Amino acid sequence: MNQKKQVKHLFIEPCVNFINRSTKQCPNLPAFVVDTKFTHGISLSTGGCPFVHEVRKDEDICSPILRKLFNESHHIFVGLQGIRDDLPSKNKKTQFVSISKNYRSVIRACMEELQQVAGKVEGKSDGRISPVFFLQVSILLAVELIWNLCEVLFIDAAPAGSLLLHLLDWVRLHKADVDEKARDVLQSESPTEHQAYWDVVISYVLQGRMDEARQVLMKQAALQPAARGMFKLLDNLLIKMPIFNPSGAQTLTEFDVKWRHWHEEVDRCLQDQSFASNPHLEVICKILVGDEDVLLEHKELLSTWYHFLVTRLLFSHPIVKPTELHYYAQSSMHMFLDTRSVPEPLDSILLAAFEFDIHQVIKDCSIALNNWWFVAHLTDLMDHCKLLQSHNLHFGSNLREFLLLEYASGLFTHHSLWQLAVDYFDHCPEFGRVYLELQIERVPLDTERKALKVLRICEQRQMTEQVRSICKIMAKGALRNNRLGSALSWSIRAKDAAFATLISERFLQDYCANGAFSDLDLIDNLGSAMLLSDRLTFLGKYREFHRLYGEKCFSDAAKLLLSLMTAKIAPRTFWMTLLTDALPLLEQKEVIFSADQTHELMFCLEDLTSGNCLPKPDRAMQDEDIDTTKIEILRLALARNLAKAIVKEGTVEV
Amino acid sequence: MEGINAKYVSQKISKTRWRPVSSSSLQQPDIFATGSWDNEDNKISLWSIGDNGVSGMDDEFEGDPQLVCEYKHNGDVMDLQFLDQDRIVTASSTGAVTIFRHNHNNQTLSVPQLWERAHHYPCGKAPCTGVVCNSPEIVTVGEDGRIILFRSDQEGVTRTIENADSSTIHAVTFLRTTEILTVNSIGQLKLWDFRQRSNEPSQILSLTGDRVPLHCVDRHPNQQHIVATGGQDGMLCIWDVRQGKMPFSLMEAHSAEMWEVHFHPSNPDHLFSCSEDGSLLHWETSSNSDTPSFLQGGRNASITSRSAIAPAGGNQSLISAWLTGDSGKGRLETTHMLPSQTLSVNSLDVLGQCLVCGTDGEAIYVNRLVPI
Repeated sequence: MNQKKQVKHLFIEPCVNFINRSTKQCPNLPAFVVDTKFTHGISLSTGGCPFVHEVRKDEDICSPILRKLFNESHHIFVGLQGIRDDLPSKNKKTQFVSISKNYRSVIRACMEELQQVAGKVEGKSDGRISPVFFLQVSILLAVELIWNLCEVLFIDAAPAGSLLLHLLDWVRLHKADVDEKARDVLQSESPTEHQAYWDVVISYVLQGRMDEARQVLMKQAALQPAARGMFKLLDNLLIKMPIFNPSGAQTLTEFDVKWRHWHEEVDRCLQDQSFASNPHLEVICKILVGDEDVLLEHKELLSTWYHFLVTRLLFSHPIVKPTELHYYAQSSMHMFLDTRSVPEPLDSILLAAFEFDIHQVIKDCSIALNNWWFVAHLTDLMDHCKLLQSHNLHFGSNLREFLLLEYASGLFTHHSLWQLAVDYFDHCPEFGRVYLELQIERVPLDTERKALKVLRICEQRQMTEQVRSICKIMAKGALRNNRLGSALSWSIRAKDAAFATLISERFLQDYCANGAFSDLDLIDNLGSAMLLSDRLTFLGKYREFHRLYGEKCFSDAAKLLLSLMTAKIAPRTFWMTLLTDALPLLEQKEVIFSADQTHELMFCLEDLTSGNCLPKPDRAMQDEDIDTTKIEILRLALARNLAKAIVKEGTVEV
Repeated sequence: MEGINAKYVSQKISKTRWRPVSSSSLQQPDIFATGSWDNEDNKISLWSIGDNGVSGMDDEFEGDPQLVCEYKHNGDVMDLQFLDQDRIVTASSTGAVTIFRHNHNNQTLSVPQLWERAHHYPCGKAPCTGVVCNSPEIVTVGEDGRIILFRSDQEGVTRTIENADSSTIHAVTFLRTTEILTVNSIGQLKLWDFRQRSNEPSQILSLTGDRVPLHCVDRHPNQQHIVATGGQDGMLCIWDVRQGKMPFSLMEAHSAEMWEVHFHPSNPDHLFSCSEDGSLLHWETSSNSDTPSFLQGGRNASITSRSAIAPAGGNQSLISAWLTGDSGKGRLETTHMLPSQTLSVNSLDVLGQCLVCGTDGEAIYVNRLVPI
């Protein structure tokens, strides 16, 4: 389970408005009709109590389709961080624009998949579509709309002339229901009779899609031979409308002159009432001349104030400069929206963008949207474009880092998306590492494989403290399950001497109890890892003694055994066992311990016995008896060996 | 990259395996299985890349893997193998071993057999880390150091080797019908012979001193003594299990854990490996005796004597290219098979010209034009 829940303040209210708003813009999605009901439901349940803070799990993060968004954008994000600073700025700009487009295409893909799934559910007889789907689609739609505008205004930063072309593309992309309607009309039996026929023509004109508009108009013209002249005239005006070509040799002034000529021509046609006999054609002509009242009569077709803005610019101010944009935007919004109604979050965000107030955009988005994904990625991209330089927060690091940290922390609460968050933390120079250090230790480690993945993350970043703690957790787990070998491996990896000592003790205890070593495959292969702790060294060496003994290399074994005591590698508590181990060597026919060595053994024994001559009250009498007997036997064996050794060493071989 | 197709699947993929195709036909595989890990609800899923596979699919994009069916899986899918055309065996982090059956008629999965707590500690469950099948026999290994032998036609456990390893066994493969090979977390390869009653390995091979954990093992399809392993340091080792206790050669491959290594089943001069560092490598060595290839013999000096060894069988050239370490003329090419990647590639499988791999970035990559 996620330990952390995201705390949401009561942003529900604006959020609902925001969603309603965006549903209105998309009448091409039939599903949206249902939407309002749901959102009202939310606003009822939370309204009226401003002090209640709703704590809830971030549901977005759990949606399987949105997970694709997180994963794909992670990939783009990492690519973006790799763009080198020393590239010429022109190349960089194209790269940033293409990255921005990649982000948007990921959003689009997600949106389409959500719609597909919703469609499938709807198709079934008992299908009730989860309202969450619509919520997510509408949010994604809004996000893409804002992102696209920011791309045009900030990242691409189109100059006068091409600015309008980009804005037209923007409107066309987000008001694509025209094409659907046009298809309906053209596929019907008699297109010209279709009730939406003129809507389609006018919609095309409003979006500046003159060729398409002319094609549809042609149908009508063919049916009215009497009015052919009039249609021809309008067709001519539509053809002749100058469109700025940014790649051509034409200067802005030349274009302006050309455009004014055309505009005057249209105006003249209107003055001499050329279209008076056909109200539809007259409306089109009035649109061409940029008559704002006529434009406002087509609110239904424009559907949003920003569509109105772009159409208005197209027919009145085609060479609008970026700096003038905010003036037209504000006035368009006021003209289009009811004076009574308060602008909704999406409107304010777009308006802020038109005003080139990027910080306001980010701030409003953070408030209105229900996740950090959008603001974090957008801000990061803006930061790479050097658009956020002067802005520093009073808390934390800078805006980019703050938002990325928020987003990544959210990911970390997720059961499996936590891996993505690591790369985001990596690219937060100030606090990223601290965040990662705090979060990574909380990842539950169910299997060794997962532990290895977490360890790899820590080791790559030289997070020694965390490496140690993870290995310790694993070692303790292994010890609890009586897997001494695994436990030892983990503590060796952590270079945790204290724990290695503890485990070595356990091995030795087990040996004393059973008379045999467990996990020989491990102990025999300790290699240099043996040097980690004294006790581990002893364990390894003691096992080596057994191996030598088993291979009948008695003199080597004897030497090793003695050195374990004289070099103080063996703990004193274990000396008795070692001396007992010496017994069979002492009892061999041939002399193994030399006189000197025997002396040293005797010294060890005396050293040991003089230390604990005081009777211990807690030890049973029987134990003491056994010990005394053992010591007696040892003394006897040592004495006999000493005698043999002296004889042997004193004998000159002939 | 040409021919590579990526699909995001909203689950971290731990294993991918092609469904075997009948050996007589020259067919390319069209169905593969995936297992997920680290999800709240893990799944095993079957995917189709065939055009005539599943009915009722409105595939928008040709070659895009389409989900055929899926089934809930308790715990992480640690390993996954096809037992035969329609049965899949999985190893779970809960210690369970499960057989899934794919019902072709209604495209569903069912669980005909389940050994719960096959791998376990005295108190608690131990993850099962690897499984290998040689129908009807199934061998599993786990963090508890056990090796368990099952038969798919029997309910009980056929044989258990308790304490087969003091550390975690990471992977297992069949060497011959009665012999298996395991790799563990302290860098050892152990050979086990099921004909022997003792619970001791018949042979232990290791890289002395290094103790670098080994994560994967695969056997040469025709020459059963040649084995490839991959370890925590990303090194690829080629071993000749008949000769010595040391690897025949060591090659630097990846910069982090190598999770899987596979010889190409029908063209074993090709080898594939994937890693935690997010890369997928294609290794190609030449078996042409005129241009003796690759492998500078690693740490092993006695190379020339090696080439006199007769192969165990197979239709390949007489001496495996992987063991002809003629240093001067050695030829080994490696190619990266994925575009830039950041998250771990956990699993890969190759069959015919088709390769599939799964990543922690929740993507499946399918390449249907592997240059073999």
